[in-house]
Amino acid sequence: MNMFTVSGSPHVHGDDSTKKIMYGVVIAMVPAMLVSIYFFGFGAIRVLMLSIVACLFFEWLIQKYLIKGAVTITDGSALVTGILLAFNLPSNLPGWMIIIGALVAIGMAKMSFGGLGKNVFNPALVARVFLLISFPVQMTSWPKPSPITEGFIDTVTGPTPLGIVKEGLTAETPKTMSELSSEIPSAMQSLTGEMGGSLGEVSAIALILGGLYMLYKKIISWEIPVSMLLTVAVFSGIFWGINPEQYADPVFHMLTGGMLLGAIFMATDMVTSPMTKGGQLIFGFGVGLLTILIRMWGAYPEGVSFAILLMNATVPLINRGFKPKRFGVNTGVEIAK
Amino acid sequence: MGILKTFVLGGVHPEENKLSSNAPIEKLAIPKQAIVPLGQNLGAPSKPLVKRGDEVKVGQLLAEAGGFISTNIHSPVSGKVLKIDNVIDGTGYKRPGIVINVEGDEWIDEIDRTEDLKTEIKLDGKAIIEKIKTAGLVGMGGATFPTYVKLMPPPGKTAEYLIINGVECEPYLTSDHRLMLEKGPEILVGTQILMKALNVKKAIIGIENNKPDAIKHMQELVKSFEGITVQALKVQYPQGGEKQLIKATVNREVPSAKLPIEVGCVVQNVGTAFSVYEAVQKNKPLIDRVVTVTGKAVKKPSNFLVRIGTPIQQLIDAAEGLPENTGKIIGGGPMMGKALTTTDVPVVKGSSGILLMKKEESQRKVESPCIRCSKCTYVCPMGLEPFLLSKASKLGKYEIAETEKIMDCIECGSCQYTCPASIPLLDYLRLGKNKVGAIMRNRGRN
Repeated sequence: MNMFTVSGSPHVHGDDSTKKIMYGVVIAMVPAMLVSIYFFGFGAIRVLMLSIVACLFFEWLIQKYLIKGAVTITDGSALVTGILLAFNLPSNLPGWMIIIGALVAIGMAKMSFGGLGKNVFNPALVARVFLLISFPVQMTSWPKPSPITEGFIDTVTGPTPLGIVKEGLTAETPKTMSELSSEIPSAMQSLTGEMGGSLGEVSAIALILGGLYMLYKKIISWEIPVSMLLTVAVFSGIFWGINPEQYADPVFHMLTGGMLLGAIFMATDMVTSPMTKGGQLIFGFGVGLLTILIRMWGAYPEGVSFAILLMNATVPLINRGFKPKRFGVNTGVEIAK
Repeated sequence: MGILKTFVLGGVHPEENKLSSNAPIEKLAIPKQAIVPLGQNLGAPSKPLVKRGDEVKVGQLLAEAGGFISTNIHSPVSGKVLKIDNVIDGTGYKRPGIVINVEGDEWIDEIDRTEDLKTEIKLDGKAIIEKIKTAGLVGMGGATFPTYVKLMPPPGKTAEYLIINGVECEPYLTSDHRLMLEKGPEILVGTQILMKALNVKKAIIGIENNKPDAIKHMQELVKSFEGITVQALKVQYPQGGEKQLIKATVNREVPSAKLPIEVGCVVQNVGTAFSVYEAVQKNKPLIDRVVTVTGKAVKKPSNFLVRIGTPIQQLIDAAEGLPENTGKIIGGGPMMGKALTTTDVPVVKGSSGILLMKKEESQRKVESPCIRCSKCTYVCPMGLEPFLLSKASKLGKYEIAETEKIMDCIECGSCQYTCPASIPLLDYLRLGKNKVGAIMRNRGRN
């Protein structure tokens, strides 16, 4: 007699999977990876490899020996965390610090919450902030970009454009923006990535390319990046409009630091962002606003990571407050009782 | 073809796989033994009127409606009642049914068995509804809600539009498609009868754009029928859902927990419209229907005109046999159909198709953790949050499930179809609906 499978409907599946999504993100990060290798050379390769291997290793170690459960390091999520962590580090960071970062990302920010899908905060950002607070010197001395085509030369370190501006504007004898303009990269340099910074944040074009790919593959939706960047543009624009010598222009804010990396790859992390379109718009707005507040008046030159982490904490609340548009509710049709 | 309309909220587009869309409807041989379950409609089961040993004719009343939301059942065959016993039906449970040993094919005299098209509608609205009630008609799309109930709007409500559902959004199924191509005029006369019963001036036939031949054919035919129009629809599942179809065709939104009549609409399936024609113009009760037999490994995907009570084994044989590697048999389509346990299950009023799935298609994928991607929320045609509702049901938090509108779930399966983590969302949603429904009924009682 034939035995047939009996299960509830639906009996077909759309063939999407966590793995496909994660490897989709990896593909989207390839352009930024290549740019980082081009500008930071061997240092970039070293940071990427160390971060990826360490993240995968810690996930394996914890799943196998601490949780004693299924090992799922092939699902791509630890790989994504590894690359994102590397993207947030300078290319000359000592190796042992990278390994500590990986342990914080996977062990503290991800597995201690229950693993994939359960974490409240973006693991790579938790690790970045942990390292920034623990090793402020090493985390803020970035090698100047020197294209790989010019051969291996001793890397010179220097501050990021945001650091230059913060330093200049808040110095004992404050400089004006026009005085600083010769020290900061042109818009063209920011687009290609020829400026100091963490591995993955320098090239706007590479990041936007990755973002478009993820939009096309429906891995991210437009709401978070657009509302975040729009908020940044509007707020920085207002202050720049009031006093262009005291405040940097919106384009500078958008193209420097971790703004695009944050908007495209970090704030859009499915696990740690709101579930509805309305909630995502608010989330993006919050990230954008906090970033600008920190950049303009905070102690740090850069605020994207803090802003995203702070907004991560509000996600459960946002999810409660912003529900999808329900079918047949508030339709305007009067219902007789 | 005009502008393509569709519903706005959510929706998915599974592989269509309409393998049998070019197979004309074939009349299947009468079975040797007919198994007629007594519960063939949504609502109360019917009460048997015959007993063991009785001689019955085709079209003779076998069982009468067991309540307001129930229907008559007529004999699909002639012969002798063998027993009234528990038989296995599409639900997988053994439930009461009448088993008839077939002898010949003798019909009651009242039925007009000619093929002539009778267009003149002699009966008035009230008589039409009575006729439809007597003939035991139910929604043929699969929901099996008694047709006559929908034709009697509650006091104070009036219908403005009759919407005929020719969407057939379930992948694989083609019975409605073939019916429109082969019985178009009958469907339109049936539509006019329904319009008269409801006293509406406008009827819209909604057909998805993956059936361009049916759209063209029906558009040609409606020219000679006043008040009926054809609306081509963009392919999107679950457009055949009543609420989605109303939104797509007349852009009205049925309020939560309410019926279509609230926005002046009544929806009937094309198969139902055809049965209405047969019942009212030809005096023929619901004793047969068109069933698609299909699947990727099926040798001859077909559409059969089958007597109710025919074991599905006979349909599978007619489609050149059960493929070697069949892993799952589904009564209905792949999105909302029910998996069957055996091939002894009979065709009932709501059987739209038999889908045979290969072994490798039959197993669910392994579930992994929710990554909060929200895709279930984006595709839900009712604007619900399946991830939240399934979690609430799983944890027994039925109050949350209720306030978050679990009862609005139409069980279309779009969420589970989409879920990248392969979480059986709909399993939990069904469980939750069941519990919340019971809690609500209890509250009403106290």
